[in-house]
Amino acid sequence: MKKQTLLLMLIVALVAVSCGGGGQKPAKAKQVTLSAAGATFPQPFYNLAFKKYNENGGPVINYGGIGSGGGIKSLRDRVVDFGATDAYLSDAEMAEMPAEVVHIPSCIGAVVIAYNLPGVTGLKLTPALLEGIFLGNITKWNDPAIKKVNPSISLPDMNITIVYRSDGSGTTYIFSDYMSKVSPLWREKLGTGKALNWPSGIGAKGNPGVAGTISQSQGTIGYIGFEYAIAQKIPMAQVMNSSGNFTEPTLASFTSAANVEIPADTRVMITNSPDPDAYPITSFTWIILYKEQAYANRTAETAKATVDAVRWLTGADAQSIAKSVNYASLPQQPAEKAEALLRGITYDGKPLGE
Amino acid sequence: MNGDRITKVILFISSLTILILGAAIVLSLAGGSVPAFREYGLRFITSTVWNPTAGSEQYGALPFIAGTMITSLLALIICIPMAFSASVFIAEYYNGTRIASILRSLVDLLAGIPSIVYGFWGFYALRPLLIKTGLTDQGFGVFTAALVLAIMIVPYATSLSSEIISMVPAELKEAAYSLGATRREVISGVIIPTARSGIVASYILALGRALGETMAVTMLIGNANLIPKGLFSPGNTMASVIANQFGEADGLKMSALIAIGLLLFLITAIVNAIGKLIIKRFA
Repeated sequence: MKKQTLLLMLIVALVAVSCGGGGQKPAKAKQVTLSAAGATFPQPFYNLAFKKYNENGGPVINYGGIGSGGGIKSLRDRVVDFGATDAYLSDAEMAEMPAEVVHIPSCIGAVVIAYNLPGVTGLKLTPALLEGIFLGNITKWNDPAIKKVNPSISLPDMNITIVYRSDGSGTTYIFSDYMSKVSPLWREKLGTGKALNWPSGIGAKGNPGVAGTISQSQGTIGYIGFEYAIAQKIPMAQVMNSSGNFTEPTLASFTSAANVEIPADTRVMITNSPDPDAYPITSFTWIILYKEQAYANRTAETAKATVDAVRWLTGADAQSIAKSVNYASLPQQPAEKAEALLRGITYDGKPLGE
Repeated sequence: MNGDRITKVILFISSLTILILGAAIVLSLAGGSVPAFREYGLRFITSTVWNPTAGSEQYGALPFIAGTMITSLLALIICIPMAFSASVFIAEYYNGTRIASILRSLVDLLAGIPSIVYGFWGFYALRPLLIKTGLTDQGFGVFTAALVLAIMIVPYATSLSSEIISMVPAELKEAAYSLGATRREVISGVIIPTARSGIVASYILALGRALGETMAVTMLIGNANLIPKGLFSPGNTMASVIANQFGEADGLKMSALIAIGLLLFLITAIVNAIGKLIIKRFA
């Protein structure tokens, strides 16, 4: 008897609580929920931005960090409202999509060369040194070639251990895109891709894996997303850009990298930027969505909410959030191109953007 | 319908579901791996090149097959002395005592520790120790992975074999003692021959567990898609490469990963079959 009474009380209490909750926040009948998936590289930015967007009255946006390839796949299978990718779709990939896809750059990320050498900071690297180190041709930290570029640093007699991404990733894509531009030998041996056939070194999973391995092991060097090096306080190398200047990885030097002619569809890699202040291993990261939003029984509200959310992401509020989590904001030119693309998005042939 | 029949029907449906699920897994693995095998044929198993770069794509599974076999067998070799002494200690020397039951629960507890925790322990505690030995620069590699794997499979090898050892009939042991045999002679002359098939089976079970282990291995093996050059060189295993690369995989690469999954399934099945054969031979 006692058990039953307790159970009854529990049920009453639960019902009361749930009613109370409902009373505070009146359920919106037409609340739209959006789902998105893709790149992990900008995920810290998206998570924070979408949370803020929801707090300011926007719809709930569920973002799954499943990787750029997964984002493209999910959009192709029409299981998300928009996808996200670090590498823009190639012409072949565009042709595989069931309908026309537009690319909206959302922020600028950079890949930094992080290292762990006892007592050494302010390491400078040239494209030739990067090629030598990452192809396994320079194996010692006190190699004369490194000394020549860093005369003021006392480099230890230590083996170089390269740490790379063991999983397929946009970070690897951006780094290898840059290396292929500056090194013919790299282009021939490793090429550009999300995963490479590394001749030496060790692999670690995800940006956190590489960052953790570098910070825990002396003599290591690897490439990681800028925000992960900041978070773990790992020293980052200055990299010589195409104008011959050694540039620190900073949000300003990333934004400078976008000072190039941006095509109307924004599909461009801005690595090895000609801007004299640019940090050279820099890239846009994109939101991808269908130009025609009426598909798979989506309502006009969902379509409108999708475009609104993406437009907000490229706007001033979201861009300042990007800076707070160490992604560089979009300069004027790509932001304008993004707006023009968003205006072209339609629902049943009618433009959605106001 | 009476209760008996209902039970029978429910049990039948449940076992059928398991059969269907097993068959479905094999079928979908086989179906998914067709493109990889069609493209490379047997070369998929014998080639050592794993190059996912678009344009020069080529997939060979040999580095991962080698990595899996080397780490698992090495782990088993390291595990056997530990597991054998623990099981003899628990089931023979201190059978029924408090200390044996404490040891037994501690060993069982090892099985309950999540794989990722072993990985962390290997990464932060074991690796620095190995670096201090001077044998390895960074402590990543086949040996580190095998060492952690060995500890992970100790409970699987220990609990079954101590169970078997404790089941050796007391009359046999007493007869040997009465003939003047020492404890060591009883263990080597009576217990091991009697319990051999069960002990071997428990090691095979442990080996099967090592073959499929993923997370801890990924954290320690160095994830280099090459055949390991030595005990302290980095390598990769079949389970680890699937976990690492399937996220961004599609097309031929996805098919190659599924094919590796199928091969791992086959290897595990073969290992189990060998285990069954050994049990039959000696039982």
